[in-house]
Amino acid sequence: MNIPLELRYAKTHEWARLEPDGTVTVGVTDHAQEMLGDIVFVELPAVGKRFAAGAECAVVESVKAAADVYAPVSGEVLATNADLGEKPQSINADAYAAWLFRIKPDRASERDALLDAKGYAEQLAAEEH
Amino acid sequence: MLIFERSVPGRASGAQLPPAPGDAAPLPERLRRQRAPLLPEVSEMDAVRHYTRLSQMTFSIDTHFYPLGSCTMKYTPRAANAAAMAPEFLARHPLAHAETGQGFLGCLFELQEILKDLTGMAAVSLSPMAGAQGEFAGVAMIRAYHRARGDAARTEIIVPDAAHGTNPATATMSGCSMREVRTDRDGRIDLEALRALVGARTAGLMLTNPSTLGVFESGIKEVARIVHDAGGLLYYDGANLNAIIGRVKPRDMGFDVVHLNLHKTFATPHGGGGPGAGPVGVAPRLAPFLPIPLVARAGEGYRWADERDLPQTIGRLSAFMGNAGVLLRAYAYARLLGRSGLRRVADYATLNANYLMAELLRAGLELAYPRRRASHEFIITLKKLRDETGVSALDVAKRLLDKGVHAPTVYFPLLVPECLLIEPTETESKQTLDHFVGALREIAAEARADPQLVKSAPHSTPVRRVDEVRAAREPDLAWRGA
Amino acid sequence: MPFIPHTDAEVRAMLAAIGAASIEELFDEIPRELHAENFAAIPEGVPEMALMRLMSERARADGHYLNFIGAGAYEHHIPAAVWQIATRGEFYSAYTPYQAEASQGTLQVLYEFQSMMASLTGLEVCNASLYDGASALAEAVLAAVRAQGGARRVLVPRSVHPFYRDCVRAIVRNQGVEIVELEYSRETGATALEALSSAKGAIAAVVAPQPNFFGVLEPVDEITDWTHAHGALAIGLVNPLALALVKPPGEWGGAGADIAVGEGQPFGAPLSGGGPYFGFMCARQALVRQMPGRIVGRTVDAAGSPAFTLTLQAREQHIRRAKATSNICTNQGLMAIAATIHLALLGPSGLERTAACCRANTAALARRLAAIPGLRRRFSGAAFHEAVLSLPRAVAPVLEALGRERILGGFDLSRHYPELGHALLVCATETKTGDDIARFAAALERLLAGEKSC
Repeated sequence: MNIPLELRYAKTHEWARLEPDGTVTVGVTDHAQEMLGDIVFVELPAVGKRFAAGAECAVVESVKAAADVYAPVSGEVLATNADLGEKPQSINADAYAAWLFRIKPDRASERDALLDAKGYAEQLAAEEH
Repeated sequence: MLIFERSVPGRASGAQLPPAPGDAAPLPERLRRQRAPLLPEVSEMDAVRHYTRLSQMTFSIDTHFYPLGSCTMKYTPRAANAAAMAPEFLARHPLAHAETGQGFLGCLFELQEILKDLTGMAAVSLSPMAGAQGEFAGVAMIRAYHRARGDAARTEIIVPDAAHGTNPATATMSGCSMREVRTDRDGRIDLEALRALVGARTAGLMLTNPSTLGVFESGIKEVARIVHDAGGLLYYDGANLNAIIGRVKPRDMGFDVVHLNLHKTFATPHGGGGPGAGPVGVAPRLAPFLPIPLVARAGEGYRWADERDLPQTIGRLSAFMGNAGVLLRAYAYARLLGRSGLRRVADYATLNANYLMAELLRAGLELAYPRRRASHEFIITLKKLRDETGVSALDVAKRLLDKGVHAPTVYFPLLVPECLLIEPTETESKQTLDHFVGALREIAAEARADPQLVKSAPHSTPVRRVDEVRAAREPDLAWRGA
Repeated sequence: MPFIPHTDAEVRAMLAAIGAASIEELFDEIPRELHAENFAAIPEGVPEMALMRLMSERARADGHYLNFIGAGAYEHHIPAAVWQIATRGEFYSAYTPYQAEASQGTLQVLYEFQSMMASLTGLEVCNASLYDGASALAEAVLAAVRAQGGARRVLVPRSVHPFYRDCVRAIVRNQGVEIVELEYSRETGATALEALSSAKGAIAAVVAPQPNFFGVLEPVDEITDWTHAHGALAIGLVNPLALALVKPPGEWGGAGADIAVGEGQPFGAPLSGGGPYFGFMCARQALVRQMPGRIVGRTVDAAGSPAFTLTLQAREQHIRRAKATSNICTNQGLMAIAATIHLALLGPSGLERTAACCRANTAALARRLAAIPGLRRRFSGAAFHEAVLSLPRAVAPVLEALGRERILGGFDLSRHYPELGHALLVCATETKTGDDIARFAAALERLLAGEKSC
């Protein structure tokens, strides 16, 4: 299972990259895309919209399932990945390249509370059982 | 080939043209249609051949066995269709006054009475047009009941984790939130979890019994007590009524409201997806809220009852009288079977399911709930087969099509991995069931010998496996011309 | 045993295979106290011969009437081939086409259905049917409110069928959607544009009926433009047959309506006492993920050949559960199949001719009835195939008297529109001849004259 060391993770299978400018880029993990199968549609949040940590803010759809994506941190959506409209399958190809949205976090503490790669790997192992 | 691709400009089904229209003031220019719609220009024979050929590209109960769990695909008696297609019934305008339709209303009234007795309920409305609309009516009545008592905070609907998707969707449609209650490893509701969930916000619990796991919820009286003690009401989803019809009355189990799927239990046709009918029956305390119209007695005859009779009704769920023609078919079915025949439905549906379960176990397949009796349906899990061969439940389902059997319900309920939910119904013979067992046995052998054969199935249907991913990524939902 | 094939020997063999002594034993997990024995209200079964006799006697007792009621359900000629094909067992007794490879016939017909309806309404996408026109309007209101994601107020003209308005209220009430009714002009019978401008607050959607319940054609361009100017979605509620003559919703106003819904009954569904009919919903492409119900798409199979399948299912209850666009599962598939065959047999010219005939026959009926002393046409607006007449006295007894002459003389508007006085809604479709109209007019004239002399 591909779990890059440099990223942070939410229990609900989002990855978060802490950018040098303090913003957070968010996507879904390789495990999430594998569980969903062929992704056919991504519903993205509106730029400028605000979400609390843990709030539903996007949906990733496959043929037989739809998964909600939760904001890993509270904040305002700064940008979304427009390429996913044409090519939702890019999440299947590389879940960590195909980001969903970028968020400006309200406070740093929530960022620090996210799982690291080891913690996320442990959670996945626990879910297996 | 699409009907549009058979079109030849200027061709028409001449016999279908009405006489030339008489005089009418021309329509104002700004309201007029400028371009003709894209309809095919074909002869009557072109159309008849096209649609007859398409009919031959579809499985149906008249041609195939459908062991489709929770769907009750039983034989649809032709007599019920013939009886409902009487020209006077077909020509009846829904707004014609009741005096002109006493025969029609009599059938509906008697159907209401039959359904009352079967469910043990105090009153029945026939108007909901499908199971999901019956569910909506039920939850709307539950909300109206609480509201009428000044108890408006009750907006939570509890459903088991294995519930059919319409249950949670109905909760949302009725403005309620949904809470899930766990089932244990024998398929029973976890009573402790239920006790922890109920409270002052509980509007009600929606339950199928036998459950979608194919087993009877034997603790139902205790479930009812817990929900009632918390102030909530109990909703019976009639999807699986075929298992207990004529044997157990939902009211006796403690339910306050029930919907029936007449296209399942009463053998009205599925029609490739509908129409169905989802009548609701209620305990006395919900009777004032029933959806209108109802059929009421008027002296020797019958009349419509509407909001003037039921001022607290949740209202109208269709413009007229639901799927009246479906109701006539269900009435005909109930009269053909009668009291004893309806009870035999449950007997033989249960016999067939338990026989099939025993034979599949003998054939080496794994049951999801091995310690339980089958109701009218049961679940097998193909997890072991998938782990060993890579062949999934979906692959097996597709391969069954090659063997002349419609696929069982796959991947439902969601909590059993690689599952097939199998419901043979009472109208199938032992020979058909044996053929099905043989087919599954062959497929299991094929999965081990040549998994690719199964994974690439079906091979003998009009098309090979359909690319659903492309369909969803690049939706082509309407023909727009050559 | 009706519809149960088992012989005694087979039952014994099956029980032996199960390891049970009797069928009764198979119910041993059901608590004893729940076993019911008394089903006294259900009669014993009858053979098919007796059933057919019973049902045909009841049908014959109801008899035939010369029908001039429309009011949302219309008597049209249905080509004989429509139901002869639609009741072929392969269509009639098929399940929902979830297994695409075993359902190509059903799926292709539904794709053709969606194509025909999309073209008729001038919109891009259509679903594979809803229950009926009234519940389809409720679904359109909910879809519009979801798409707007804020405002929950929807404007619905009073010129919309009163039962549709009842149904919409019943279905959307629990989701906190507010329905505001708009008045119509007492002169033209169309929605008063002033009524629109007096609507207050943020609006999610506006419904525009075409034609409206009175048969009158509405100023749909103006309503649609006003709706869009106020940031709301325009929902067209249409009689699909009228669309053979009148401008389709997709072309209303500057930008076109966003959603079109309606009752599909005029296409192939017999009156049948109120159902089954079918609802349809068409919409702009951008709204496709807000659509309720099943949608068929065209794709390819593993060999690259054209194939059909249900698609965009992540909107639906079996996948999205509590977050689905609707709880609808079973729809009116067979009625949509019949409608497709019906439209293929009529074709563009047959459909247009039928619509024109309905319009002309109703115009002739209204002219003839308005010539009866004391009767007059109520509205001046352009109409499709219904007309409102003012009678000199209460309508209900007149209709009852006509009923005794086996004529259904129309729909009494006085309960739902008391402000119109003794108003009668009549309709003459293409099925009515000059003689039929003359018979109705003569009976009505005689009745009213007789009443006067009393």
